[in-house]
Amino acid sequence: MKKGTLKQILLLTDGCSNQGEDPVAIAALANNQGITVNVIGIIDDDQSEQPEGLEEVEAIAMSGGGVSQIVYQQALSQTVQMVTKQAMTQTLQGVVNQELKQILGEKKTFEELPPDKRGEVMEVVEDLGETCDLEVLVLVDTSASMTPKLATVKDALFDLSLSLNARSGNNRFSIFSFPDKKAPIHKLMDWTPHLDGISKIFPKLASGGITPTGPAIKEAIYQFGKKGLFGSMKDASEPYEETGF
Amino acid sequence: MQVNHTKKLVSNLKRATVIRGKWNGTKYHVIHKLGEGACGVVYLCERNGIETALKLGTDSARITTEVNVLKSFQRVQGKRLGPSLLDVDDWVTPGGITLPFYVMEYVKGQELATFLHGKGSEWLGVLLLQLLMDLGNLHESGWVFGDLKTDNLLVTSPPPRLRLIDVGGTTQIGRAIKEYTEFYDRGYWLKGSRKAEPSYDLFAVTMIMLEVGGRGRFERGSDPRQTLERKLQQATALKPFTPLINNVWAGNYQNGLEMREDLVNLLQRRPEPKKRNMPVSTRTSRRKKTKKTSFATFEIGAIFVSVIIFYLIYMLFFL
Repeated sequence: MKKGTLKQILLLTDGCSNQGEDPVAIAALANNQGITVNVIGIIDDDQSEQPEGLEEVEAIAMSGGGVSQIVYQQALSQTVQMVTKQAMTQTLQGVVNQELKQILGEKKTFEELPPDKRGEVMEVVEDLGETCDLEVLVLVDTSASMTPKLATVKDALFDLSLSLNARSGNNRFSIFSFPDKKAPIHKLMDWTPHLDGISKIFPKLASGGITPTGPAIKEAIYQFGKKGLFGSMKDASEPYEETGF
Repeated sequence: MQVNHTKKLVSNLKRATVIRGKWNGTKYHVIHKLGEGACGVVYLCERNGIETALKLGTDSARITTEVNVLKSFQRVQGKRLGPSLLDVDDWVTPGGITLPFYVMEYVKGQELATFLHGKGSEWLGVLLLQLLMDLGNLHESGWVFGDLKTDNLLVTSPPPRLRLIDVGGTTQIGRAIKEYTEFYDRGYWLKGSRKAEPSYDLFAVTMIMLEVGGRGRFERGSDPRQTLERKLQQATALKPFTPLINNVWAGNYQNGLEMREDLVNLLQRRPEPKKRNMPVSTRTSRRKKTKKTSFATFEIGAIFVSVIIFYLIYMLFFL
């Protein structure tokens, strides 16, 4: 199988959207464009595990074809890398499942293979996960309630680049925040392979009051089309864009 | 909702529940839960009067990944790198949900800290030798254990033997570490990358030492490296191992067997009668020692040559 690029939006938030389009619908739009939307809901240490308003987290990820998780601040680093990797495997497995269907007939998926055969398929998925290129656009909610959590977010993102840069495939990260006074999202860091410079940008973050999650995701989709760093940018309707060697 | 429901089901199986394989048809009777991991729950089960450990999961992909690792260990089973794999199958629950599972040999033992309680530091040394031997073999066959932590170790006896039990994080050398736990992860302590290299495991070994030889796990604080240094100094039980640990932190060992070699030297050293013990043969000091010997040889040689020259001149003079 050819080497390709996986595209992901990683949304970090602590509450419900309250302005603009429905983020669940926009996430479906992103998924349709070959972009996976993962969502991490961050809760305060004194909050219960199922706080109100965070149901949206699961719904956005589900319609965005991604993975969601609600975590306490202290577990953020490990969750961010886990969610990203899990979503990669999920997407790649989806692609492999597609191919399986073509080879084995309509109703065969990974789970329906006998355990012996699954092993071989999984080896392919793992190889792809190790070698494929990955683009992650991080979308940080900086509404007022997030302010005390931003230091943890910074650490978690640095840690994410540590995890992903241990792979053989290339990585590109970019970081955007929302809300912003002038535009739906505000660029904090342009596409870059490492997040070493992250410490410099985070103290500059200003918090706002509203949470327009839908418009933010919509604008994030556009950011993938904007840059041409990774070879050809075809109209990607598949989640796994094959660019060849 | 569906996902949560399935997870609850997986982790709450009652005693005497029968798990019947969809493909192989083997029946397992649940005895009790042994532990819960990132991708599944391990139950002690009984099959035809034999106790086995059955791992039941929700994610078929992750279960398959672990099975792949166990299978590749099977091929070098003579060296016993992990628990042996007995069966792989799916269970269709009475509610109609299909859950993947695999069955391993049941390793019955004590937790490391429980075993070491009240014993001298020589026991830690001996168990570490065993661990480093296993890791060394693993490294030589192209793997890194990855998620090395006290939860994944058991001491079986008699005779006491340290065993690696959960292979979920085992990764091929050169790839990105599959699974890790922050406290044991060198990336978390700013001591290196998350690439699967033998030295990744060796760092985790030193963290296990700090955990059982000191006072358990601890936070990294604002200066992770300094925290490590401080904790090492505070752990008096680890005093004999300090040079060894510092060598690992300095990245002086390429694999488990190299570290083991130094540990062997350290454990077999007898107290010298006069002087206080000098530190173990650290890599650097060993190098210095060799330099010293060669210098000494040179000196002896020089004296020898000058004596001969002197003798020749003497002979010439008197001829």
